[in-house]
Amino acid sequence: MPYSSDIDVRVTDTSLRDGSHAKRHQFTERNVRDIVAALDDAGMPVIEVTHGDGLGGSSYNYGKSLVDERVLMKAAVGEATRSKIAALMLPGLGTKDDIRAIKDIGVSIVRIATHCTEADISEQHFTLARDVGLETVGFLMMAHTSPPDALARQARIMADAGCQCVYVVDSAGAMILEDAGDRVAALVAELGTDAQVGFHGHENLSLSLANTITAIRAGAVQVDGSTRRFGAGSGNTSCEAFAAVAERLGIATGLDVLKMIDAAEDVVRPVMDDECVLDRLSLIMGYAGVYSSFLKHAYRASERYGVPGADILMECGRRRLVGGQEDQIIQIAAVLAARHQAADAAGAAVRAG
Amino acid sequence: MPATATAAIVGSGNIGTDLMYKLLRSGRIEPRWMIGVDPDSEGLRRAAEHGVEPSALGVDWLLAQPDLPDIVFEATSAYVHVRNAPRYREAGIRAVDLTPAARGPFVVPAANLTEHIAAMNVNMVTCGGQATIPIVHAVSRVVDVDYAEIVATVASRSAGPGTRQNIDEFTLTTARAVELIGGATRGKAIIILNPADPPLIMRDTIYCSIPADADTDPIADSILRVVSDVQSYVPGYRLVSDPQFDRPLPGEHTARVAVFIEVEGAGDYLPPYSGNLDIMTAAATKVGEEIAAHLDVVRMESV
Repeated sequence: MPYSSDIDVRVTDTSLRDGSHAKRHQFTERNVRDIVAALDDAGMPVIEVTHGDGLGGSSYNYGKSLVDERVLMKAAVGEATRSKIAALMLPGLGTKDDIRAIKDIGVSIVRIATHCTEADISEQHFTLARDVGLETVGFLMMAHTSPPDALARQARIMADAGCQCVYVVDSAGAMILEDAGDRVAALVAELGTDAQVGFHGHENLSLSLANTITAIRAGAVQVDGSTRRFGAGSGNTSCEAFAAVAERLGIATGLDVLKMIDAAEDVVRPVMDDECVLDRLSLIMGYAGVYSSFLKHAYRASERYGVPGADILMECGRRRLVGGQEDQIIQIAAVLAARHQAADAAGAAVRAG
Repeated sequence: MPATATAAIVGSGNIGTDLMYKLLRSGRIEPRWMIGVDPDSEGLRRAAEHGVEPSALGVDWLLAQPDLPDIVFEATSAYVHVRNAPRYREAGIRAVDLTPAARGPFVVPAANLTEHIAAMNVNMVTCGGQATIPIVHAVSRVVDVDYAEIVATVASRSAGPGTRQNIDEFTLTTARAVELIGGATRGKAIIILNPADPPLIMRDTIYCSIPADADTDPIADSILRVVSDVQSYVPGYRLVSDPQFDRPLPGEHTARVAVFIEVEGAGDYLPPYSGNLDIMTAAATKVGEEIAAHLDVVRMESV
């Protein structure tokens, strides 16, 4: 079943939210206006603008925003002529007050995210969002850690609470083709016409676009991407590449492929500090199943404590950290540093002996 | 020291039952009644086993007894406590509230144990508050803390339906208490549920801003002292790393200390990973013992 009478699949660009991680939450109002204007012109149906960790994310734990996210969202709403503006929120960090506030700013869609086994912490937020007239999307994060049937049961909790589209979210970029397709299919079977199903990918195993197509073939009618892959880890599904592939496959998205390609090169790239690349640490995230937004924190802790970033991320995977536990990256680095020091001291003692 | 105060536990769920074991060990408090609503509940069965009189007839039954408790420990829900609180007050019974109802002032033993000792109703904040506010207090008694932020990670299995349905209450109440009791000008609280199996022991991280030129040794000393204070009533409370001091980030005028805590429960009724529940019942026991001592003094003075 297509998304609507006009398009088969609705794309949400998250370069101004997931990209916030890559930008270390340093977006300016100018950055937001430039990107929203370009994407709006290229026919992007939804643009997400929030701190990378969602409403209220500006913090020691996740990184302070340079500019208040409400100022950025207001700029996005003002700049958009056709695109709807979305905001992300994570219960346990953001609150119902944040949902009321974005409604007042003119945001149209709230996307409420929980770890993939904890959907029931979002019920009160979905209820409120619907009451105030926001469109709702649910995010089941780190979905690679849950089998399809268990994930579908969590999707049911969100749908019953008022969620209109539940996303399978591959936060770690750890899914491989059928991992995405089987999960989407399980959600479609569970939800039927009660709610749509979406997919959000990351590029950490170089499969985000292939996973997205697999998800669509399994019944997803909403998908996420980031123009120029501007997102956490090695970035998200490239919106401009997806637009091109979708057109070739005859999947109607409403996106203007050439305008998207230009926006990626001329508007989004200049805002980025660096390209999002598949380097050692982001590949390890996909391989070890680590939450993508840990990347910059791992780099910072590696530098601060003089321990290898790869060791930090492997330990994150071993401890089965979930999204939001950025604090533990510091603790892991401090422990690794103390261990290295002890080993060095022991080595020196042996040499001295 | 002989028991000096009698107590009723209202609520026979996980928290109430775990609390019963701690009160039975206390020596200062005699838990005499356990009140529930389900006659078949495990909590009421265990109460009877330990000589604590069980009743499934609710607070009406308790208040109709010829002998009333000196202290009630409320381990029901915020909604129920809001209804019960005025009735305890009318009956002259002290209430220690383990729900997020916050009818009375907040108490965190390591920060303000005796501040509200004469209050008829005190509130135990949240599990995350009990675990983190002592650290904020330890820093703010040495230097100015403009901003404190706490991150509490608890095992999914130890977060009950009450917490899940009202997660905003956790973040807002904890943040307020970080300010009021912790002494930070501005507070923020974050809670994360982790479903790992076997379950993770409760982890807490506390970040405090400190002046850019602050001497770090007295801050670290103060933190170590407060950790040992908390350990006197929560044996499984410990630092998992030394306090980590960071210089101001670009664009900021304050430095920062980060403190990493783990709370392992005593395993009385709940499994040891539920440090979040253990620290609530342990802190409530500590507060109850202090109230019992205070009631003794009041009685002696009135003789």
